[in-house]
Amino acid sequence: MTQTVFAPWDDPNQKPLIRFQNVTKRFGEFVAIDNLTLDIFEKEFFALLGPSGCGKTTMMRMLAGFETVSDGRIELSGKDIGHVPPNKRAVNMMFQSYALFPHLSVWDNIAFGLRRDRKSKSEIDARVDEMLKLTRLEKFGRRKPHQISGGQRQRVALARSLAKAPKLLLLDEPLGALDKKLRQDTQFELMDIQESTGTTFVIVTHDQEEAMTVASRVAVMDEGRIIQVATPANIYEYPNSVYVADFIGDVNIIDATATPTGENTYALNWIDGQPPITAETKTTFSAGQQAHLAIRPEKIRISTERPDEAANALQGKVLDIAYLGNLSTYHVQLPGGQVIKAQTANTRRIARRDITWEDPVWISWSATAGVLLEH
Amino acid sequence: MKRMSWFNVTSLTLGFAFLYLPMIILVIYSFNASKLVTVWAGFSTRWYGELVQNDAFLDAAWVTIKVAVMSSTLATVLGTMAAYVLVRGGRFLGRTLFSGMIYAPLVMPEVITGLSLLLLFIGIGLDRGVLTIVLAHTTFSMCYVSVVVSSRLVTFDRSLEEAALDLGCSGWDAFRLVTLPIIAPAVISGWLLAFTLSLDDLVIASFTSGPSATTLPIKIFSAVRLGVSPEINALSTIMIAIVTVGVITASLVTKRNAVRAEADTRAAERAQA
Amino acid sequence: MRRFALIAVPYVWLLALFLVPFIIVFKISLSDLALAIPPYTPTMRDGIGDMFAAFDFENFVFLTEDDLYWKAYLSSLRIALISTFMTLLVGYPIAYGMAKAPDEWRATLMMLVILPFWTSFLIRVYAWMGILSNEGLLNQFLLWLGLINEPLVILNTNMAVYIGIIYTYLPFMILPIYAALDRLDESLNEAAEDLGCSRMQAFWLVTIPLSKNGIIAGSFLVFIPALGEFVIPSLLGGSGTLMIGKILWEEFFNNRDWPVASAVAVVLLLILVIPIVLFQRNQQKQAEAEQ
Repeated sequence: MTQTVFAPWDDPNQKPLIRFQNVTKRFGEFVAIDNLTLDIFEKEFFALLGPSGCGKTTMMRMLAGFETVSDGRIELSGKDIGHVPPNKRAVNMMFQSYALFPHLSVWDNIAFGLRRDRKSKSEIDARVDEMLKLTRLEKFGRRKPHQISGGQRQRVALARSLAKAPKLLLLDEPLGALDKKLRQDTQFELMDIQESTGTTFVIVTHDQEEAMTVASRVAVMDEGRIIQVATPANIYEYPNSVYVADFIGDVNIIDATATPTGENTYALNWIDGQPPITAETKTTFSAGQQAHLAIRPEKIRISTERPDEAANALQGKVLDIAYLGNLSTYHVQLPGGQVIKAQTANTRRIARRDITWEDPVWISWSATAGVLLEH
Repeated sequence: MKRMSWFNVTSLTLGFAFLYLPMIILVIYSFNASKLVTVWAGFSTRWYGELVQNDAFLDAAWVTIKVAVMSSTLATVLGTMAAYVLVRGGRFLGRTLFSGMIYAPLVMPEVITGLSLLLLFIGIGLDRGVLTIVLAHTTFSMCYVSVVVSSRLVTFDRSLEEAALDLGCSGWDAFRLVTLPIIAPAVISGWLLAFTLSLDDLVIASFTSGPSATTLPIKIFSAVRLGVSPEINALSTIMIAIVTVGVITASLVTKRNAVRAEADTRAAERAQA
Repeated sequence: MRRFALIAVPYVWLLALFLVPFIIVFKISLSDLALAIPPYTPTMRDGIGDMFAAFDFENFVFLTEDDLYWKAYLSSLRIALISTFMTLLVGYPIAYGMAKAPDEWRATLMMLVILPFWTSFLIRVYAWMGILSNEGLLNQFLLWLGLINEPLVILNTNMAVYIGIIYTYLPFMILPIYAALDRLDESLNEAAEDLGCSRMQAFWLVTIPLSKNGIIAGSFLVFIPALGEFVIPSLLGGSGTLMIGKILWEEFFNNRDWPVASAVAVVLLLILVIPIVLFQRNQQKQAEAEQ
């Protein structure tokens, strides 16, 4: 481990900033958060990712203090904050709707939290100006929220929640209301601001691309549980379940029975009458155990001739081609009827593409291209 | 999942108790056997019996209903026309004066409206009676109708009318076949509003009525000026009962229609899928 | 042609039955009392020229000289102001509670607020006569509780008038405030708390300013009719309750002094113009803000 890599979660001596310990949250009969344990470290940009209703917003609201914990405890810097009201927490939140006070100017919105701390006028002035500068809003201080654009409102909301220099900033779908182009620009802006202020960010999002772009670590949630917590690269390359593999990016899942053929290598029988697939994994499977092979479309090669050196090669027929400009995705139907997606970069002009609909093609991938999953 | 704080529960409970207790007490005491309205002397329907035999009250009730039906119908026609002119009339000479005359009666103290109409009727030598009350009530309630109807017309999708014209309707046909059916709920609530305003009115009716026509509110007012009377309690109870039944029926019908419309939509969606 | 008729019918109706009567009131307010039918002079029969020549502001001068009138105007203003403020104090918590109530209750609560509108105003005022009188239920209740030893005199005082105005005009206060609170985004209050406000501070700094338009609209809707109120002061108020609506009525029906009654009406109207214009401006500003 070198000094330049930021990975406090791998360092057993690091104390987490936030610690969820067996936290459960019930609304009547409904269990929103189910016995959840999680550490988040200082200076992290942590993303809670999941479909709507998975409990990510509840977790954020518990951190902010708007929901109480039914069971377990939440610690901030080692102290239980379970019964600290929202206005007494060194935690600030950027609301999904931005929740800018419509009757106050941009300047007064940013100063709102500082005034509650009874800071002196000069301190408030300096801090608000600093925040306006940070978010490039110097010219808009006197305007009311309805007199600025959506992107500017988003920055006001960010400035307001950062003004009190919280230990932890919560961002609830911070970019959800922006259009795609603006969202991408703003993602990088968020990362810059997070880095320059050194604040710990926890972001809630349902957009996996956004989570992958901004976060140092991503927690994939489903039905009140965390399925996997890892860096974006590990989540993508080493998902721990079909659910995660499927939720993040595009994936082909091949269901099969595993037979060990050597140390860490398995032969996968996926359909009768076809040769088995070879796959390498560090997970141990017993002979005849059900397994799911997850392979990303870009890890699969497509060619008109049978490739010479490939651990796995299957013949099929092109069903569909989705042309995305920089990439093309081919839907290839295998003899058993299963459709496999293969992706290639369009490095050549489209006129010279040699594969078209109904063509018989070969798809191939190496033994380490896919991940073998138990469930 | 939202739980209400004790403060909100308390303020709602006290608030609605304040709004409804006086009327509930009135209803209870209308069944009091005693002539002394503040002392409970057992259950009795005696006052209802006396009320039914009181010809003066019955006559007044009849006059009131006649006036209310006539004035609210007239007011609905005029008010709908006025709303249409306000929302769709475009520019015409004296538009500002017109909209001013629509809104002014809403905030005008009744004593002034009543006084001014009376002076007009005397000025032109019109004998005061049912006709003058109807004219007076129509004038102020048409303004309420036009406010109710124009608020509906503002949200009305104009392209519906244009479609009707495009398909060959004349302007009047487009109004009769397309606009009117769609704004009908607003027109009906305008009529109901005008009707209750007329039933309710004491001040304007006092100014504009003559000895030949006394309305129920005038009768009630002169009776209660002398103090609380059990007969008036009985009469009030009957009026409260009519209104309650009416409003609850109306809201149930609206709700049933909404439920039915939703069920229809769902069935249609299912049929499509 | 049809368009002309459509505009002309309601227009002429309002001109004849709304504007013309006003002009008559104004004209009579400039005339003198006479023992004739109609009981004022000059009339149109004296000829237009003579009629205008005989006009004077005597009645208005009279209103300023007799302190009954300006006392009544002042007292009306005071009663309307106090009762508007009290209605706000009673109405705001109810509107707030409604806005915080579960969604499935809202329609019912709304109906419960509107329902009294449909019941006779006169009956609603009358209902309080039996409650507030010396032997009334309120006094019986308080005596039974032991809070008082002898009945409180409430009926026929200004207090009874305040209660009557609060009671009858409460829905006018609740509805606009409820509308404003209902539009209020819950996350604004959460944001205020998140930034360090206590619940109470968030209420004063966020909820109150953002329901300001509802408060203003509701207050005008109570204040304007309360100012010219007649039924409430005459049934619940006493001989000491001076309200201009009552004075006008008595001037007209008891004293038969039409010119003075008309002058009273004209002045009342002039006083009302200010709150009406302010109210109108507030509504317009709100409509513009919503666009």
